[in-house]
Amino acid sequence: MTATVEAQRVRTEAQQAVRFDGVGKVFGNGKQSVVALDQVNLQVEAGEFVCLLGASGCGKTTLLNLVAGLDNASSGTIDLSSSRPAVVFQEPALMPWLTAAGNVELPLRMAGVGRSERRRKAAALLDLVRLGGLGGKRPHELSGGMRQRVALARALASTADHTSNGDAQKPSLLLMDEPFSALDAITRDVLQAELLRIWRATGTAILFVTHDVREAVRLGQRVVLLSSRPGRVVREWNVDGLTGGSEVSTVDEINAELRRVISSHAA
Amino acid sequence: MQPEASLEERVARADAESVGAGLDALDTPLSERATGPAAVAKRLAARVLPPVVAIALMIGIWQALWAAAIWEEYKLPAPSAVWANIWSLVTTGKIVDLFWVSVHRAVIGFAISLVIAVPLGLAIANLKVVRRGIGPLVSGLQSLPSVAWVPAAILWFGLNDRAIYWVVLLGAVPSIANGLVSGLDQVPPILPRVGQALGASRLGGIRYILLPAALPGFLGGLKQGWAFSWRSLMAAELIATSPDLGEGLGQYLHNGMSLSDISLVFAGIILIFVVGVGIELLVFRPLENSVLRSRGLTRST
Repeated sequence: MTATVEAQRVRTEAQQAVRFDGVGKVFGNGKQSVVALDQVNLQVEAGEFVCLLGASGCGKTTLLNLVAGLDNASSGTIDLSSSRPAVVFQEPALMPWLTAAGNVELPLRMAGVGRSERRRKAAALLDLVRLGGLGGKRPHELSGGMRQRVALARALASTADHTSNGDAQKPSLLLMDEPFSALDAITRDVLQAELLRIWRATGTAILFVTHDVREAVRLGQRVVLLSSRPGRVVREWNVDGLTGGSEVSTVDEINAELRRVISSHAA
Repeated sequence: MQPEASLEERVARADAESVGAGLDALDTPLSERATGPAAVAKRLAARVLPPVVAIALMIGIWQALWAAAIWEEYKLPAPSAVWANIWSLVTTGKIVDLFWVSVHRAVIGFAISLVIAVPLGLAIANLKVVRRGIGPLVSGLQSLPSVAWVPAAILWFGLNDRAIYWVVLLGAVPSIANGLVSGLDQVPPILPRVGQALGASRLGGIRYILLPAALPGFLGGLKQGWAFSWRSLMAAELIATSPDLGEGLGQYLHNGMSLSDISLVFAGIILIFVVGVGIELLVFRPLENSVLRSRGLTRST
């Protein structure tokens, strides 16, 4: 039922959104240095939903920062064949001086997209996250879940190909850094369903960082477990289309593995 | 990607959608600001009445103290005598000249300060060397009363407008620059990071993210900068009096002292107060309020 895949998977020739080859990241130097990531090999296929799972300090966020171009790897290579990855952070981090639509338009504005085109795209993206008609609201007038949806629409706006319309040759990639962990349980549940809907509607690849095993199994097609300090890929599970009993047993299995990884740090 | 959804799936999805819509409705913060003429009038009254009552009370106490004749007439003038002075300025139109001389100096001085202070503040906030080098100096200048520069300014420039502008600049530039620096320092670090992730260039990040994010702190600095430039200007006008300089409010006050006319002195103080407070209330308060309200940072007053 649960296909355990080795970390070094045989790569297919299918188009990949991003590929890590022996990626390492060290913070600081000399004796004070901390190895955040070590020899990470990972790939996300175009349109694939991959969840990165791990305890705190496993370098999940570092990994996302590397893909997003917010930081540089110390060793190894990252092949990014997608257009600029879109990033959703744990906090919505909306610009408080802009309306919801203004926030979605911001990346388009910085990319020099014309006003009417910006309006049209922002309205379409707000519709996609079910916030059509609320574009005029300010962030403080929205609930936490709505803010995170605006942040998602904004991230999608930043990845959209502005030069050509439609047929983007490059696969798009969405990076999400524990985007729902600051929300209450029922909002999180609704947003998870929304995210799956948007993923199916847009066909974007998603690299989703979380520390919640249940969330990872529910959302992802593949779950990748990272160890902590240094972060290495421990194991991968194929969890696509699991339901009922097999889903529960997979969650248990991943949980057990995660606990084993964490307790190895106790000594 | 998605095959035909079965009936249960569609029902489940519709259910999830209605839960989502319900959550949106429940979690959206309510705006408690009532509109309508009655509510607006009530808010206005609540805003205007207390200061009016306070001023009336103060004038009443003043009148009573004067009537009790505890101090001699040349120390405490009658409110009516002070009012007569102000009123004669109004009827002769001299008040326009007084205001014009002082306010245009303050505005020009403030504008020059702005031109100097904004690049200075940006440099202090963004360049570590500059911050370490002159950051403490600029903060220190803020606590040095700029009136201390009056003797030096007169010796350097003589008794003219340049001396006065020098004093005003040294009063206003440090507070505007410091306001901008603290505004930039208080920008949550996540915002520039988000900007970078959204594809902002270095300049784009400053223009679209950093500057608007720093605006509330910057406005606070502007407000304080205005207060400092007005204060410095009055001090400079009061000390540096000369026929070449024209008569502003500071000179008017100085004349009152020379003539030992306490009612003239009181009228001068009141006029200086009115201009300083008036510009803050008419220009800076509405600006600040609208910026704060649009960001959901409403202030209580």
